Amino acid sequence: MKTSVCFYFQVHQPYRIKPDYSFFDMGMNRSFVDEKTNCEIINKVANQCYIPTNNILLDLIKKYPSQIKICFSLSGVVIEQLQAHAPAALESFQKLAHTGCIEFLSETYYHSLSSIFSKEEFLNQVEEHKKIIQSVFGQTPTIFRNTELIYSNHIAKHVLELGLKGIIIDGIDRVVKWRSPNFLYSPVAYPELMLILKNYRLSDDLAFRYPVVLKNNNKLLFDKLQRLARNGSEVIGLFMDYETFGEHHWKDSGIIDYLKNLLELIVHSPDLCLATPSDVTHLYKSHGSLCVPDVISWADTERDLSAWYGNPLQNSATELLYSLEKTVKASRNLTLIRNWKILTSSDHSYYTCLKNYSDGAVHNYFSPFNSPHEAFVAYSNAINYIKYNLTPN
Amino acid sequence: MKVLMFGWEFPPHISGGLGTACFGITNALATKNVKITFVIPKLTSNSANSCCNLVSAENIIPMNEKIIKSQIKHISKYIEVPSTLTPYLNDVTYKERVEQETKESVFSFSGNYGGNLMEEVVRYSAVGKKLGAKKDFDIIHAHDWMTFLAGIEAKKVSGKKLIVHVHSTEYDRSGNNPQQDIYNIEKLGMDSADIVITVSERMKQLIKIKYEISDDKIHVVYNAVTKDDLSAIEPLWQFKKGHDEKFVTFLGRITMQKGPEYFIDACKIVADKLPNVRFIMAGSGDMAKKMILKMASLDLTSRFHFTGFLKPLEREHLFNLSDLYIMPSVSEPFGITPLEAIKHNVPVIVSHQSGIAEILEHAKKVDFWNVKELSSAMIEILTNDKVSKQMVENNRKCLDQIDWKNVADHIISIYQK
Repeated sequence: MKTSVCFYFQVHQPYRIKPDYSFFDMGMNRSFVDEKTNCEIINKVANQCYIPTNNILLDLIKKYPSQIKICFSLSGVVIEQLQAHAPAALESFQKLAHTGCIEFLSETYYHSLSSIFSKEEFLNQVEEHKKIIQSVFGQTPTIFRNTELIYSNHIAKHVLELGLKGIIIDGIDRVVKWRSPNFLYSPVAYPELMLILKNYRLSDDLAFRYPVVLKNNNKLLFDKLQRLARNGSEVIGLFMDYETFGEHHWKDSGIIDYLKNLLELIVHSPDLCLATPSDVTHLYKSHGSLCVPDVISWADTERDLSAWYGNPLQNSATELLYSLEKTVKASRNLTLIRNWKILTSSDHSYYTCLKNYSDGAVHNYFSPFNSPHEAFVAYSNAINYIKYNLTPN
Repeated sequence: MKVLMFGWEFPPHISGGLGTACFGITNALATKNVKITFVIPKLTSNSANSCCNLVSAENIIPMNEKIIKSQIKHISKYIEVPSTLTPYLNDVTYKERVEQETKESVFSFSGNYGGNLMEEVVRYSAVGKKLGAKKDFDIIHAHDWMTFLAGIEAKKVSGKKLIVHVHSTEYDRSGNNPQQDIYNIEKLGMDSADIVITVSERMKQLIKIKYEISDDKIHVVYNAVTKDDLSAIEPLWQFKKGHDEKFVTFLGRITMQKGPEYFIDACKIVADKLPNVRFIMAGSGDMAKKMILKMASLDLTSRFHFTGFLKPLEREHLFNLSDLYIMPSVSEPFGITPLEAIKHNVPVIVSHQSGIAEILEHAKKVDFWNVKELSSAMIEILTNDKVSKQMVENNRKCLDQIDWKNVADHIISIYQK
């Protein structure tokens, strides 16, 4: 049997908060959502990445029907923003969906940390997300991927409750240990669930190190994949942000063509084939269980929660946000509930991360704020906006 | 009486209290028939100049392209060296530099407090020499160390009496780690002056000890506050305050000198006891990030807000929203903001380490480090309307006595000494 190469691309854009959202804005009931920036960014990314890369995939699918298999995960909030500001890009995702070669994953609607802080909200957001995927793409997701591949034994339990069949996680060394990431595993205690692991070395070669490692070596990544295939690997997970193609690395870098070339090489290869996550859960068996008592993720050097939770700014904002959950929901005020949910997007606390060096630089690259402290001030004012509107005057 | 006055800030070109104080002083002196030529580094088109002849240092010396070029070369030599590393000036090196500068040349000033401050201060002194030579004045009056060298130059060429007016010393700004070159200029200014004016008794004592100036040479002249009609101001924000909710405000630069961390510590204690109070820290400064982190660490996020730097009108409105104003300064030569708060009928707590504490008989005063006492005072004022109202009333009476006109009379009597 050929070795499956499983591509999964993450598509997400948050509702960013106005960088100067102040205490006074809060007191005057002004909205904290930065409509203008959000609209600009979604358009920019749609034109630089989503549309051109989708077109390449559509062409390939036409050329090699049933051999191209790709998987996407779109957050609910990015779908909303595409609907509102970049319908052409959404249409091209829908065209992909219609080819039958594309799988869509399940995730939290708001790309949130609810799996850590509120089980109720987590189940809620995953259900909400399922509905939008069904209505926009006509598919019902069966494989789950959590925000930034956040995962632990505990989360596996939640996912099982939702009736899903598998989970995408990062195959980091401290979890995989002596094993290879290129096989399927199961969560400890839940053998019925499948874990599909990210091969972070090869994924990051493409996502982060493309200009240095791959750009001038057309077949390097393919050769590595082929070597793994000949060594008996079953599933190689290449998971990354979709914005890698044309946004994080501009079109001029040749990355979109690199992807096209790579996919064609795989299609023609005698050892490799493309497969979606649900394909591989049917094709292969679990090679044992992985025990993950502490939370892992695909973010930063630490690959844990510390990109979003850990420093005093993040902790106090996040705790304040989730402390409001019950009252917000009890209020039955739909606008307020919606605003609260928008603030659960993990991006807001990602911007308030205080790490330095290269991780800090990555956080900075994504942040619309001048500093984590400014991000915190705007974020906490926005959370307080919710709280303010809950208090009877 | 004609006064040649040197300043560094003048509205709207201000970054702190110095410009406001200079504006108040010149305005009031003008009403008493004192003719003032006020020199500032850079004149902006909208500088207010109804009360005095406002002169930009940039315009003193005629433009000449050739000289600009040589000057730029000369300047760039200095720009390479940050001001803190500038070799400190003694009277000889300083004289050499001034002489270099006084050759007919054109200057460009930023009037800011950036990396080239020391260089600008030296070039500004050349302007003092040029203007001093005209001798069409009776008194030279220089505000703060940036202008002292100019004052000294003017005195040298004219032989007129020099008054240096100290609004803050290097010890106020830097704690016990003064920058030596700035201290040297301050001391040189005070030594060369005929009279030193300070803005508080506290500062007078400090100058006696740290700068070794004799008691009889130092005069204390307290600042005042402009009493414009506040009722005319349209509310800028329709702020929806919660039921029975109270706002406690800190407004000022977020720097060591202003004691922001003591404010936050006290707020923590108050927050634990009173649920209906919000805390606002308005301003910017080098300690802002640290304070944001401190506030979050104390988990005050649901009730503590940082507003960043506020424009003058925004300040007024924040005072309007406030129920208590705190100035926990570690070292405050005078401190004009409590007077602004009183204007808005806001009760105030100030530190003993501020000049304003000397004249606000009825304000609550605490030592800046005494967080416990500060928080108890806050709780008392926030929970006892009677105490709060009485305090406002008493402070208002006190404010009535504080007037720039009285300040002008006092300064004129010093001119005449």
